[in-house]
Amino acid sequence: MLAAIAMIPIVLALAVELSSERLAPGEGPPFLDRVTQNGLFTGFTAMLLALPLFLPLTMSVVSGDTIAGEAGQGTLRYLLIAPVSRLRLLVVKYLGTLAFAIAGTFTLMIAGAVIGAILFPIGPVTLLSGDVIGVGEAVWRMTLVAFYTSISMTGMLAVGLFISTLTTIPVGAMTGVLVTSGVSQILDNLPQFEAIHPWLFTHYWLDFADILRQPIELSSMGSNALLQLGYVAVFGSLAYGRLASKDILS
Amino acid sequence: MSPESPYAIETTGLTKTFSGHDAVSGLSLRVPRGSVFGFLGPNGCGKTTTIRMLLGLAEPSSGQITLLGQSMPSSREAVLPKVGALVEGPAFYPYLPGRANLIRMDSADRHADASTRAKRVDAALARVGLSNAARKKAGQYSLGMKQRLGLANALLKPRELLILDEPTNGLDPQGTREVRNLIRQLASEGITVFLSSHLLVEIEQVCSHAAVMNAGKLLIQGSLPDLRAQGSTRVVLEVDDIAAATEVLSGLGVKAPHVSKGGLVAEVVPDFDTAALTALLVKKKIGVKEIRMERPSLEDYFVEMTGEGFDVVR
Repeated sequence: MLAAIAMIPIVLALAVELSSERLAPGEGPPFLDRVTQNGLFTGFTAMLLALPLFLPLTMSVVSGDTIAGEAGQGTLRYLLIAPVSRLRLLVVKYLGTLAFAIAGTFTLMIAGAVIGAILFPIGPVTLLSGDVIGVGEAVWRMTLVAFYTSISMTGMLAVGLFISTLTTIPVGAMTGVLVTSGVSQILDNLPQFEAIHPWLFTHYWLDFADILRQPIELSSMGSNALLQLGYVAVFGSLAYGRLASKDILS
Repeated sequence: MSPESPYAIETTGLTKTFSGHDAVSGLSLRVPRGSVFGFLGPNGCGKTTTIRMLLGLAEPSSGQITLLGQSMPSSREAVLPKVGALVEGPAFYPYLPGRANLIRMDSADRHADASTRAKRVDAALARVGLSNAARKKAGQYSLGMKQRLGLANALLKPRELLILDEPTNGLDPQGTREVRNLIRQLASEGITVFLSSHLLVEIEQVCSHAAVMNAGKLLIQGSLPDLRAQGSTRVVLEVDDIAAATEVLSGLGVKAPHVSKGGLVAEVVPDFDTAALTALLVKKKIGVKEIRMERPSLEDYFVEMTGEGFDVVR
């Protein structure tokens, strides 16, 4: 799956390179116009494109499989009689999904930087706020974006962990998690639901763009971290409550 | 609750209710330490549910469970490292080789000594005869190989108790024989083996004790000699005058002789005097082609207690 994630910026860069049309500044999806001028933007553009669906898809695969996968294979009962406490099992599984989140976001950014450097010129980067930063600083910001997105995923991974405890069919759990991400994004776009927008776990996902301003805007970063922590706490507890109390008949 | 309890497994009034009906009802098992205990019953009678409760996978609706002198499921962290189990078939990660699977399972156990892990895994594989196939992916294993791998998983550490749910399932006759030898060997090392089976021949061959279950209830438990004594001894006669022979039998106080497959069959006491019967028959000039005593077998007793039907209980 990491290879698939790496493909996003590669395909994007190749598409931009091979197309004869050149976008005027400001046209098309954000950042895409800047890619031809500066290969370092490939990573950011790819992140923007991947966030609504593809990245959550990979995250839901990993988190949906945590408990449901073991149950479906029948190995859950053997893990539990090793013995592994139900709490330890949940924690270890969750940490595994976190590791994947970090690996996935960093893979995306690194692949983006590499293919961007190969296909396009790189140089000082013009930020959204208009300032120009050097290549070294740009790489640092890329690291921050990857890190920020990893944090953005933690809440969803906790939701996935919980949904995974509800079924023995991994695909069902994966789909369930992905649907929550889709629903959250849809609600986030409907003005009628404005009151709950700050509580939706997808709300601050695209705010990684704030890292591309000078100075870096920290307000949404803080809110995001808190929101994700809340989701982890709530859904983590729900997952534990569910797993600890149910009979393991798989 | 002391570790010196004479029983490896003890349950009191164990009950499990699933939406209205009792899968297990008032089960009071006593499995003596060091015994090979056979858990017998037709399909669907609650054997596997009981095993899941013993291992802390399912919660009893009521009743107590004591494993190796400690109460379950509260002491599972302390007790389960000493228990090896095969529950409702083996299960593995199909994309990992057999050996890697065992390494992974052993790593999950916090109490397992990491420095001896490789050696113990290899020893367990050798014990079940899987050393040659250890590097093959578990998903490619035949049913018999998976079963052996499951047994190896139960033997990764020195255990005090083994709970085996149908351990010879899917094995060819050679494999079945090897597993039975393995069980006898383990028993001789002092390990208590609790195995569930519906193969009576198997129970009679390896077990020292047994319990019979049906429809969630325990019918009887005890040592194998005691159980056999519960069955009925019969005398079977092949004579040329059935009516006259029936009269003779009735005269001796034998109740309800009936005709079966051309012979006269009747239930008698274990120390019935066949010689006297023969003499009487000869005296009445009844020709005796064959006369024999049939000792009780566990199979007859089992069928007697649980019914001859093919339908699953519930």
